[in-house]
Formats: sequence, C-alpha cells, structure tokens
Amino acid sequence: MKFLRDLLDKQKPLFQKGGKLENFYYAFEAGETFLFTPNHTNAIKGAQVKDAVDLKRMMITVVVAMIPCLLFGIYNTGHQHFLATGQTAGLWEDFGPKALLGLQLVLPIVIVAYAAGGMVEAAFAVIRKHPINEGFLVTGMLIPLVVPATLPLWQVALATVFAVVIAKEVFGGTGMNILNVAMTARAFLYFAYPAQISGDQVWTYLGGKEAVDGFSGATALAVAYNAGVEGETVSSALASHNTEMGAGLFEFANLFIGWIPGSIGETSTLMALVGAIILVATGVASWKIIVSGFAGAYLMGLVMNAFAVNEYMAMGPEYHLVMGGLAFGVVFMATDPVSASQTEIGKWIYGLLIGVLTVIIRVTNPAYPEGIMLAVLFMNVFAPLIDYYVVKANKKRRLQRATV
Amino acid sequence: MSKLIKLKKGFDIKLVGKAEKQLVDFQPASTFAIKPTDFIGLQRPKVIVSEGDTVKAGTPILFDKALDKVQYVAPVSGEIVEIKRGEKRKLLEIKILADKEISYETFEKHTESSIKSISRDAAISQMLAGGVWPQLVQRPYGIVANPDDSPKAIFISGFDTHPLAPDYAVSLKGEEKNFQAGIDILKKLTEGIVHLNLNGDAEVPSVFANVQNAQVNKFSGPHPAGNVGVQIHHLNPINKGEVAWTISPFGVTQIGKLFLEGKFDASRVIAITGSRAKKAVYTKTIVGACVDTLVNGNLKEDEKSDVAPITRVISGNVLTGEKINQDGYLGYYHSQITLIPEGEYHEFLGWMKPTADKLSYHRALGLLSFLKPNKEFVLDSNVRGEERAFVQTGVFESVTPMDILPVYLLKAIMAEDFDEMEELGIYEVIEEDLALCEFVDVSKHPVQEIVRKGIDLIQYS
Repeated sequence: MKFLRDLLDKQKPLFQKGGKLENFYYAFEAGETFLFTPNHTNAIKGAQVKDAVDLKRMMITVVVAMIPCLLFGIYNTGHQHFLATGQTAGLWEDFGPKALLGLQLVLPIVIVAYAAGGMVEAAFAVIRKHPINEGFLVTGMLIPLVVPATLPLWQVALATVFAVVIAKEVFGGTGMNILNVAMTARAFLYFAYPAQISGDQVWTYLGGKEAVDGFSGATALAVAYNAGVEGETVSSALASHNTEMGAGLFEFANLFIGWIPGSIGETSTLMALVGAIILVATGVASWKIIVSGFAGAYLMGLVMNAFAVNEYMAMGPEYHLVMGGLAFGVVFMATDPVSASQTEIGKWIYGLLIGVLTVIIRVTNPAYPEGIMLAVLFMNVFAPLIDYYVVKANKKRRLQRATV
Repeated sequence: MSKLIKLKKGFDIKLVGKAEKQLVDFQPASTFAIKPTDFIGLQRPKVIVSEGDTVKAGTPILFDKALDKVQYVAPVSGEIVEIKRGEKRKLLEIKILADKEISYETFEKHTESSIKSISRDAAISQMLAGGVWPQLVQRPYGIVANPDDSPKAIFISGFDTHPLAPDYAVSLKGEEKNFQAGIDILKKLTEGIVHLNLNGDAEVPSVFANVQNAQVNKFSGPHPAGNVGVQIHHLNPINKGEVAWTISPFGVTQIGKLFLEGKFDASRVIAITGSRAKKAVYTKTIVGACVDTLVNGNLKEDEKSDVAPITRVISGNVLTGEKINQDGYLGYYHSQITLIPEGEYHEFLGWMKPTADKLSYHRALGLLSFLKPNKEFVLDSNVRGEERAFVQTGVFESVTPMDILPVYLLKAIMAEDFDEMEELGIYEVIEEDLALCEFVDVSKHPVQEIVRKGIDLIQYS
C-alpha cells in the first residue's frame, strides 16, 4: 500500500492551505482518511492514548448489520415478481433468475442513493468547510431498504438529496440533526409521491407481465386494515388473501420470515432481528430502545384488544410485531443515536412510545397503513423533551442533596 | 463510619509494561526543575530567586501573588541555573543544578507524641514555610488549597487505578510513621473527617494498615474507583459553596517527614512503566528530577530495524499525564513515568480491518475481547481517528461511576452556559474524573481540556 500512501502524500500539498485546490481540502481529506487512518498524535496534556474505535468503525458496523436485510430484500424482490406473475410457486425454484432480477432492481437504487447523497455531502463539506460525515454510510444504505423496489430512481435521488440537505446539513451535519435522515427521506416520498409508496398499493415488480388472477399487491397492513372495516377477522383475511400466489402468503410464520410484498429491506422480521443481534452484540445500538420498542407495540396491541370495537383492534398483538416495517424501524431507525433520546432512562421511554404510537397510527388512522415512519419521526421530535426531564431529575437530585 | 462502596462502571486499560515490584537504583539526576505549570490555579507566579543564587532543599523559590501565603520551595540544594520563560514571559521552569550532597533548610522537629499538641495555626504555618502546602488540592476546581479556608473534610485516595499505576505497597513501603504523622497534622486542619479510601479488591498495604485518626473506606471496582473525585462523590459530595481538600499519600508522608524530621524531603519512589521501558521497575528519585537518567539506556531495542520507534515520555500515567522531553522533569504530583511508542503513522484501512491486537472499550472493535480479559496491549499515542460531533450516546455514562451526565455537562461547558454547568455538577469533577471519557470517546473530543475550560469559566467569573 506504500504506493497509495506516496501518491496521497504527493498530492496533499495541493489541497493544503495555500495550495491550488485548497477549497477541496475536505473532499481530499475524506478520501485520504477513508484509505488511511490519520497520523495525528495526542496532545501534550490529557489522554496520551486513545481507544481504537472511531466514528467510521461505528458506522460501518451498522452497515454490516443491514447486509442480511439487504440480501434478503434482493432475493425477495425477485421472488415476489415470480409469485405475482405466476411463474413459480416454490421458494427456492429459479433461484438464479430471482436473485438476478432482485439485483437488477435493487442495486441501482442503492447506487443512486449513495451517489446522490454522497454528492450533497461532498458539496456541503467543500462549501461549509467541515469534514464529510460518516453518518452517510448508514443513511445511504437505509434509504434503499425502506423504499419499494418499484420506486422510480429519480424519486430515490430526489428524496435522498432532500433528506440530506433538510434533515441533516441545515443543522450542521451528523450529530446535530434532529430527525432521522432516512426516515425523513421516506416521509418525503410518502407525502410527495403517495402513488408510489403509500403502502396499500402494488409494490411488486411485474415487469409488464400479466399478474395472476386475483392478484393484489396489498401489503399485510392494508389487508388487516380492510378486514377491520369489513368485519372479517384479520387472521382469516390474511390467510385467505392472494391464495392464487401460493397459500399462506400472509400467515404468521411467513410474515415473520418475510417472503411478502413490501419495501426492499423491511419485510423480514427475522433479518431485522439478525441485524439487531449484530448491533447489540457490538454495542453500537441501544438494546434498551429495541426491547422497549417491541414491548411498546406488543403492549399497545393488548390494549387495543381490550377495547376492541373492530376486528383489526382485536387482532393478536404478535401480528403487529411482524407486519410492516416495525421490526426494521425499531432496530435500525429508532436506534439512531443522534435523533434518539440520549439519556439511558430516556431511551426506555423513547422506545416504548415508538412502539405504542406505531400501533395507534396503524389501527386508528385510515390514511396511513404504516405507523412506524411517523412514530419514529414524531418521537425524534420529542426525544429532547424526554431528555430534558431526565436531565432535570439529575439536577434536582443534586440540588436536594445540597439542601439536606 | 467506615464504608464499603462497590462501583461497577468504569474500565481498566490494561497495558504492557507494568513495573516489577523491585526497587532499582539509577544514576541520580543532576538537574531539577520546578514547573509552575504543574500547579493548577497558580495564577501570578512571582520568582524570588535569581539565576546564580544557591538554595537549600526547602528554600522558597516562588509564590503566587494571588495566594501569597503559599510558597513553592526548592526540592534539592544547589544553584539556580536557569529561569525559563515562554511566550509573553510566561514562567515555565526554574532549573536547579543539584549539589552532590543535599543540604536542607531546618524546621521545627517534633516527636510522634508531641505532634498531637501542635495547634492548628502552628501546623499551618509550618506547612506553609516547609513547602508542603501545595500538596493540598482543593475541590472544587482542583487547585492548590487556600490556607484561610476550613474544608468540610479531607480525602486521601490510598490506591491508584490508572493504567500501569504504581502499587503504593511498594512506593510507600516503610513510611508508616511519616504517614501517621501526616494524618495527625491533617486532622487539625478540618473540623470534618479525614477519609482514607482503600482498594476493596486488594490487600491493604502495610503503610495504611494501622492508621489512626482517619476514617477508612473501601472502594472496589474498575478505574476510576481510585480517583479521589469519584470517592468524594460517594462519601460526601461537594455542593456549591462547599470546599473539601484532597491530598495524595505521597503528600501525607511528606508532611509527616516535615514534622518528624524537620526538613522538606521531596524524595519519592516512582514507577517506571510502559511498553518501551526495558526495565519497568520502581526507583527512588526526587520530585522535579530530570528523567533522562531513567529513560536513556532504559529503552527497548528497536524491534523492526528499518523504522526506529520514537518514544513518548510521559510524566504521570497515560490518561492524565503530560508528554515531556526525554530530558524533561518529573511533575510535582506525579508518581510514575510512562514510556510508550509515538504513534505518528498512517494505517491502511485501519478503521475497517477486523483486528484482535487493538484495545477498545467498544465491542464494535473488541467484540471478542471477553475471551482474553487479561490481555495486555501496547498502545501508542495515535489519536485513532478524527474529531467529530457527539454521535454515540450512553458510553461516557458507562465509564463514569458518578450520578453525572458527562455529555450534557460537556455541552454546557462548550455553550458556556454557567447555570447549566453548576446544575450538572461542574463542582464535582476535575480533568482526571472524566479522563476515561476522553479515552473511549468515539468522536475524539479533548474532554479534559473542555472540563478545565469549564472550571476556569466558573472559577474566574
């Protein structure tokens, strides 16, 4: 790697103060520090040694945790197409073509998200003269995973640019933002282009082929909601839905594993849990938020049961955990350390309320079949308030001690 | 009432180069220095000697115009060879070329029993004259104590949990009498309790075994359990307007010697530690000594012949110490020197590689570190990343065994929000209490510098 180092050292004066390309220093620096850890040494006073971890390591760990979801999503995209067009019914039949089709659909979305967001990052780094934020490593992967594979690429690009600028850069970059960037991107799409992403529409890629008889692209959430309106029990509605595409599409086990239509990375609760294990084992995400998020959804499901006036409210609470994007949202979105609650007690409250709100929005709101997106954004806004009271309690303990 | 307090939060940084428990003699240092920068809160130092003067051990060298009762004295006898000033004539070092045989200023001598009858005022004036006063450090702020104050209690930490810290059973061996005499004097200075806090996880060193006149508390847990600030927080926390004093056991024995032997004895057994040390051992030296005789010839041979490793010499430990030159001087409050490799190098994809030979508190790097819990690491002075905004949460809290929210406190200091700083507990911390936060910080903030900035803001405005 010596030649790379030499190359960088040779170019470096160009970008340093007084060099020709001085304005692009941070763009250069981003590339340099990506390849090589910097050679800075610790100050004369203070800690003389430092922990080997840095923000880049933290962020890449999150990306690694998302890989199971991504791989699953790629195959599932292909699988859903084959199911909807009636070509194969077996899960592992036509493995190659399914995986290839999935790649063909998903990869461009990932590339566009990284490219669009990366350009905005670089532009801001150069204009505002701050280092490029590693947080984008994660955002660029999260955005593709929460959109359907059928989304036009220009919408992906637009949403990414919007989210990076409005949700992050205007606040000063990673660490200063209030809202989760990827959720902001999704919310932007949701309100700006509801036809493509509203959650009760066809999300399965048909590729111009004829769908099988009785096919509807509805997600489990939409089916469950309609069942509530029509007075059919949710479990039977789910069970009888789309039987032409293979029986048991929306059965509990299948919902859990995730061979269902939905956004690319969010269908599989199982894969989200694998990600959760990686995140918690590496200590990158707060297990408190994840546990309390699932607990909140389950408890609210039980409360809904107790006061059930329609079939959706009477649905078993365990279904809430496996339907829609709850698992993915709780594991990857709610745990974003910047937009989440930052105190340890606050994290319990924050996670719990995300779960509770998700179920409330799902069950009671006719316009939004999916609740996790709004729940996370809503709690992002409220996280500082939760922290405010936790911090206030700390101050109060100190004050009481003084007067005793 | 003695207390046993178990702390869970914290982190022990295990490094290669722990000092062997044996006392080795090195060639004695020839030059010594007093560094006014060692004394935090020494605002306007005024030198009262000039170059060419001869001094004895215990002769006043300088004082603080803002706190003029406290004198800073020469650690050895000899000739003042240089008064070194830096930018804006800031006083940096006063160098003394030592005599072969040290001669001492003489002070009043007492016996172990007659110490009990000394009055508080007499004790204070002998401590001030005898040069041991700066050993007393005031909380809040971590500055040299003011002799006009009456502290609510005095706290002594009887163990050091910093990385590679010296074992007091070795450094203070045979100092029982001096230590007890020191405690007896300290008891006169406060109407409250003199707390001696010992390690609950280890055997009690003989020097502390039969101490009278002090309340013995035990603390167990990882670093920073040995930090006196953490101990105060659990025993008798400092509120706004209150003053407590702290002193190291080395300071206590020095006070004891001043009263029993009638001289200012700045000698101290220190530990030479760190992965670059050929002989990591204990040695007897004098505070302010030039360390070159301890360092030169005591560095390991280069392992790779093509890259000569540069050694960073640290007066103190790797968390709170100060980088000094190879011919620099041992700091006033330090009881060890640490020799580690300098880390001025680039590493290809260093942030991404899976690795087992890097030390990290975070499992994102040290996922399997629980397999080898006692592995010792070689750490160098590389920053290992770049400074970023605060992103990861909950980490500082997990290494700070106090009811304090470090990130909120640091943010309040950065925002210069005085009320918030007070409410969040700025009076309870000094740099060393949050030094571990600086080590584990993903975003590489200069935490200790920020803490001192906050204390300065509160203290001087």
